Amino acid sequence: MATTADALVTMPRTMPSLTRVYGKEIRYELTKLARNRAFTLSTTGFPVIFYLMFASMNAHAEFHGQLYSRYLLAGYACFGAMGSSLFGIGAGLAHERSHGWLELKRASPMPAGAYLLAKLVASMCFAVAITLLLAALGTMISGHIISLMELGKLLLVVIGGVIPFASLGLLLGLLMAPNAAPGTINLVYLPLSFCGGLWMPVEMLPDWLQHVSHVLPSYYFSRLALGSLGYSTVSPLLSWGVLAAYTVALLALCAYIFHRSEARA
Amino acid sequence: MAAQAIEVTAATPRQGTASALTGRTATSKSASAEPVATVRNLVKQYGNHRALDNVSFELHRGEIVALLGPNGAGKTTAIRTLLGLTRQDAGEALLFGKSPRAREGRLRTGAMLQVGRMPESLKVCEHIDLFRSYFPNPLPAAEVLSIAGLTEIAGKLFGQLSGGQKQRMLFALALCGDPDLLFLDEPTLGMDIEARRALWDQVRMLAARGKTILLTTHYLPEAEALATRVLVLQAGRIVAEGTPAELKGRVQMSTVRCRTSIAEDVLRGLPGVSEVTAGERVTLLTAEPEALLRALLPLDEQLSDLEVTGTAFEDAFLALTSQPAAPAL
Repeated sequence: MATTADALVTMPRTMPSLTRVYGKEIRYELTKLARNRAFTLSTTGFPVIFYLMFASMNAHAEFHGQLYSRYLLAGYACFGAMGSSLFGIGAGLAHERSHGWLELKRASPMPAGAYLLAKLVASMCFAVAITLLLAALGTMISGHIISLMELGKLLLVVIGGVIPFASLGLLLGLLMAPNAAPGTINLVYLPLSFCGGLWMPVEMLPDWLQHVSHVLPSYYFSRLALGSLGYSTVSPLLSWGVLAAYTVALLALCAYIFHRSEARA
Repeated sequence: MAAQAIEVTAATPRQGTASALTGRTATSKSASAEPVATVRNLVKQYGNHRALDNVSFELHRGEIVALLGPNGAGKTTAIRTLLGLTRQDAGEALLFGKSPRAREGRLRTGAMLQVGRMPESLKVCEHIDLFRSYFPNPLPAAEVLSIAGLTEIAGKLFGQLSGGQKQRMLFALALCGDPDLLFLDEPTLGMDIEARRALWDQVRMLAARGKTILLTTHYLPEAEALATRVLVLQAGRIVAEGTPAELKGRVQMSTVRCRTSIAEDVLRGLPGVSEVTAGERVTLLTAEPEALLRALLPLDEQLSDLEVTGTAFEDAFLALTSQPAAPAL
């Protein structure tokens, strides 16, 4: 040791560089998820397989005057974004919370924001990767189905749409036991996807289910994705507004649950 | 409870009470220095269960203090309160004179908690790199690895480590910020003898450099080997406090009860007697029960209802040391 014990104790402590903390937290969250095969296979695998199946079955079919595979591209991009948010954040948090890992991090000087932002950014990165993969597959199946301009718009929608579902993931992560996480998440994820029109057009659902779908965040998310590809649908302002309202409500609920559990801890 | 009657109050700094402490710098402690951590009349209630019941203690610079007690005695709750992870129902907890939630204190504190699982798909060196980034003046990564004995396996994923290696990984994370105060919650759980001894050596070296260490253990030999001071917790109360040597002395105490007409003054002068409690039967606390009986019986022909037992304190210690989880050394 170059420093003496006294110098160690009295040394003035400056704040660590925040960009470094946030950067490392994000980098390692991504590394952690990328190395977790259960996560990468399920969040990437399902949208890709479903898209391949349904898009190639209807490779040249049309819907609302456009290629059906374009409609499916928008839907499955949302499906992928929801999966990476719900599994990456929900299941991750459930494990880290119940095995004492989150507690150790909270006892450290890590800014709470770094932990949350890292999880959010990691979900966004996976959502973008899945969208790009689907766009490439769609192009292989049906030829040129999306322009660069549209792809850019779709990616923006996907990135923004991760936020409400990340909030939902956070809520589930605070409530679920880790061994119940995959099942619980699927119980939320799959009905939301189906009723939100991510797998097939909402118009094909029975009437009563269409009414249900009109209150779901997944419906407004997929409307935004369709809008970015030129489908005329619900106004983007309304859709973003609904998603923002869901985000605020979910985060408020998360804050309430976290503080309640902290008081009992 | 009877153990209250013989509570030890540790007064002066004790150096060299255990031969194991030879590496320590004896000058690091001064009585007037502000305590590194203070706990005053701490109460924590979980439903009907009182986890901490009016607990008070101070930690001073360079001390290794052991919280000794069986599972559920309140050891972990005490540490969690000092780390600001739980709020007490009454009383006060201070780190470096401030709330445990203050960032300033967290930058000077390291904690090794009981973590069942941590992210398994990150490497040892990556975990350390991340934790180091939380501190403005972290220990160099190579030093953290070497202190915790992880240099050889720095490139391994956490999920590939053995139980003992995982404990060392957690110890490493506690060291990343080069903390002045270190909390170790059951640090050697699941370690083999060699690893346990190595960790003890590192803890002593840290204390010699002026770091303060609070560790919990339900394992008496660990407290004995490491601590400069031991706080025995039972059912949320500190039932005894002292150096390991002082506590060991207490453990060998016996209680003698009898009906007698001998005056209290005389009783106090009998072999090994440290305490006399009058009553229908008189109660004597002694370190030398055989010698006491030899002296006692000739003094009073009418003496009756004689009973000799280990002390309540000893019972408490037996309860502590007979925990099935405590591995034999």
